[in-house]
Amino acid sequence: MKRHLLSTEDLSRDDALLVLDTAERMARVAEASVRKLPTLRGRTVVNLFFEDSTRTRTSFEVAAKRLSADVINFSARGSSVSKGESLKDTAQTLEAMGADAVVCRHSASGAPHRLATWVRGSVVNAGDGTHEHPTQALLDAFTMRRRLGRVDGLAVTIVGDVLHSRVARSNVWLLTTLGASVTVVAPPTLLPLGVSSWPVEVSYDLDAVLPKSDVVMMLRVQRERMSAAFFPTEREYSRRYGLDVDRAARLADHALVMHPGPMVRGMEISSQVADSARSTVVEQVANGVSVRMAVLYLLLGGSGETT
Amino acid sequence: MAVSAAGDPASRRPGVARTVLSADDITRIVSRMAHQILEKTSGGAGVALLGIPTRGVPLAHRLARRVHAVEGVELPVGSLDPTMYRDDLRLRGVRPLEVTEIPDGGVDGQVVILVDDVLYSGRTVRAALDALAAYGRPRAVQLAVLVDRGHRELPIRADYVGKNMPTSRRESVAVRLREIDGADGVVILPPASAGDAPPNDGPPADGDQVTGDEAGERA
Amino acid sequence: MSGETVAPANTAGSGHTAGSGHTAGSGNGRGQGGSWVLRRVRPLGGDPVDVLLTDGIVGAWRPAGSTSPDSEGLPPGTTILDTDGLILLPGLVDLHTHLREPGREDAETVESGTRAAALGGYTTVFAMANTTPVADTAGVVEQVWRLGLDAGHCDVRPVGAVTVGLAGQRLAELGAMADSAAGVRVFSDDGHCVSDALLMRRALEYVKAFDGVVAQHAEEPRLTAGAQMNEGEVAARLGLPGWPAVAEEAIIARDALLAGHVGSRLHVCHVSTAGSVDLIRWAKAKGWQVTAEVTPHHLLLTDDLVSSFDPVFKVNPPLRSARDVEALREGLADGTIDCVATDHAPHALEDKETEWAAARPGMLGLETALSVVMETMVVGGHLDWAGVARRMALAPARIGGLPCTAGDPGSSLAVGAPATVTLLDPSPRRVVDADALASRSRNTPYAGRSLPGAVRATFLRGRPTVLDGKVV
Ligand SMILES: [Zn+2]
Repeated sequence: MKRHLLSTEDLSRDDALLVLDTAERMARVAEASVRKLPTLRGRTVVNLFFEDSTRTRTSFEVAAKRLSADVINFSARGSSVSKGESLKDTAQTLEAMGADAVVCRHSASGAPHRLATWVRGSVVNAGDGTHEHPTQALLDAFTMRRRLGRVDGLAVTIVGDVLHSRVARSNVWLLTTLGASVTVVAPPTLLPLGVSSWPVEVSYDLDAVLPKSDVVMMLRVQRERMSAAFFPTEREYSRRYGLDVDRAARLADHALVMHPGPMVRGMEISSQVADSARSTVVEQVANGVSVRMAVLYLLLGGSGETT
Repeated sequence: MAVSAAGDPASRRPGVARTVLSADDITRIVSRMAHQILEKTSGGAGVALLGIPTRGVPLAHRLARRVHAVEGVELPVGSLDPTMYRDDLRLRGVRPLEVTEIPDGGVDGQVVILVDDVLYSGRTVRAALDALAAYGRPRAVQLAVLVDRGHRELPIRADYVGKNMPTSRRESVAVRLREIDGADGVVILPPASAGDAPPNDGPPADGDQVTGDEAGERA
Repeated sequence: MSGETVAPANTAGSGHTAGSGHTAGSGNGRGQGGSWVLRRVRPLGGDPVDVLLTDGIVGAWRPAGSTSPDSEGLPPGTTILDTDGLILLPGLVDLHTHLREPGREDAETVESGTRAAALGGYTTVFAMANTTPVADTAGVVEQVWRLGLDAGHCDVRPVGAVTVGLAGQRLAELGAMADSAAGVRVFSDDGHCVSDALLMRRALEYVKAFDGVVAQHAEEPRLTAGAQMNEGEVAARLGLPGWPAVAEEAIIARDALLAGHVGSRLHVCHVSTAGSVDLIRWAKAKGWQVTAEVTPHHLLLTDDLVSSFDPVFKVNPPLRSARDVEALREGLADGTIDCVATDHAPHALEDKETEWAAARPGMLGLETALSVVMETMVVGGHLDWAGVARRMALAPARIGGLPCTAGDPGSSLAVGAPATVTLLDPSPRRVVDADALASRSRNTPYAGRSLPGAVRATFLRGRPTVLDGKVV
């Protein structure tokens, strides 16, 4: 592994598989016993969240604590960060704390990349703007592998606001690196203009793609996109790109429905589908902890003393 | 990940590797150890073998096969990876986790015999004892090793020793097994040259990690 | 470059450093800086000659190497500079400089910015109006103009804002600025686009009264809301909101049509796309008075540099694709794009050492422009040195309405022309060191990059502002 996990785009196939295999071992250990592992005793992991995300922050926190790392939650809310302290000042504070790893969530694309140039510890991107969210993609791939036995050769369809989705970007790179074939489905307004350079198929017709899909990943669509004229109405979006019971019936029996959450039920996915046996939403929580344990172990497990 | 220096000619050890156990020796030793286990555990009742990856696992299977051949008893065999319980991760570099496979019957109330290829500092066994505790409470834990090369750093001793082999700390012991390496044999590798000697504040490696590449991986 | 002072100077034997070549009584009083002979210099890269600069003008051309301290006709105190192999160019003119004063003196001042300009070979810079307060009144433009005079490193020609406060709502007092001591001829809301079509039409018409020109920062604001980088493959990958080429091109097309309709002069700032080059070519073919500039960075750098997320590469308009870069070089070579302008935009460290979205757009340019043009245009064979002179000195002077060269675009190096010249050593390659720049800011995108050429001397009306690569 490299020193940081900033994106899946620069993750090699070997390193991606190493993370997934390690996560599998972590999951087995977790299933056997609830006890902490001493692996990262004496290491400090800082959760640096400039955007609220209780789910992701908690997942990293649980992962770090299960490995016996000390966790410091450094939330931007209410701290000096919200009073205009710069990212660089924050980085210097983290250095003073002796952070071995910084888990960074930020609304600006590339913020963790900048942070990585200013701190000595490892930086884990926990979601940056509309760029990447690598641990989410790793946990999605991990979930696919646990459910379907493999990622290589799977047909994965990603549906929704690809333009603004860091989850979509991270999944496109990771899943294609791992040998899946990916199709993105969205209204053309919600695809980046440069999507033609991505290693994916592009379709505007969800119904045509569903029967060929092993996995359908539904992305959240924020209602405020409507006001910026990305689509006319919620109803029209839902009719063309939402996954309801009738549409889900076109899926193969084994096909999975995934959602990175939080869901907008009724808009991009109906409650019945979200709660069906195809849905992986619940196990993704546990899988998220295993994957994040694996990432922290691989980044920190062997790092030397910071002298 | 650390880059192995194996491909770098400058890091190749000067001198010749010395074969200390042949394939036949290993077969005989495993057979004797199987008999000792049967003897010491009164016929293997309530015994489970847990190999410490990588090379402890095939050794555990060999012991179980011998026990079966001699006595007709099927001992449950599994594996136990102690990596996440090691206290020397920082010094040795991150390593991939290996499989832990606890036999169906579990370990509670069993006599668990940990099986490894080389016993050296004792730190791997210490970590394995901690790892084992996460899976239950055995009635007793014993240790079987193919080679004991000395230099213990912890109060740990093996219950079954295939071969006591006095070595210098600067030498390395490499166990090779058919299942993993294609052929059986134990060789002693002479000291690394001064330029690529492992840092002397690091703990000696033990178990199957003692291979010709180890010095490079730690450098 | 070394200098030798002609007798009867009382400093005989000490004149070997060009910087110490002044002699008592030689040029004081009229501020003309004495007399200088540029020995074996190559005007516009041509055959070597000895060129005499005296009384603020080009005095004479003599055969190469023929001048010595006891040559006939040399004014007393003349310093002879060994300029063998150096290329003589007319003093460079930058139509697009941000000097940041008044308001952001922490990023740049008129003094530090013009110092950088002189080191880059510039003798005139047009100072953009987006200061605090905005240069939208006669008072502010005169203040900037006087600061330039005081600094003395090069001429500073203030640009006046088109609209009050750059707000795009109502016209500033363009006539008052034109009539002021600063004599403003170029008007621009640069940093903002005059996006209201009617207001733009009125501005174009109004400045005809004093032969002014409106320099448009072409950016349709609705199409670039939140934009962070060139819209394209790299932006799709990095998840940064795109700044589409069409936002620039739509405004250029509209403004060209307006300029043609009302018969006014339009200047397009920092053209950055292949489509813009086509539109300007079309407007010129129509016979409309449309001129355009390109920045050095758009001639060299591409948007894949943004992959580092280092805001030193953030600029507006953004770095574009390799295809655009190629079209810009061709456009500059064939004259579709009239000139190179730096868009020198200093920013304090705290405005650049941030996450990408929070950083301010802009790059330093004055001290590297000639090297970048040499690298992109001369080395590749797109332009000869006469072409460089046209695009970095004569054309911008003409567009900006400078009196010294107006109507006589070939005049700069001729006998009798103002001794406002730049000497470039084309041979060295140097690695750009941000900390070694004269600008108060450090936001050069070329740090660590090797570029050809080095400015050895700059003369402003016969007075050296830079000698031996150092500010005088
Ligand atoms: Zn501009």
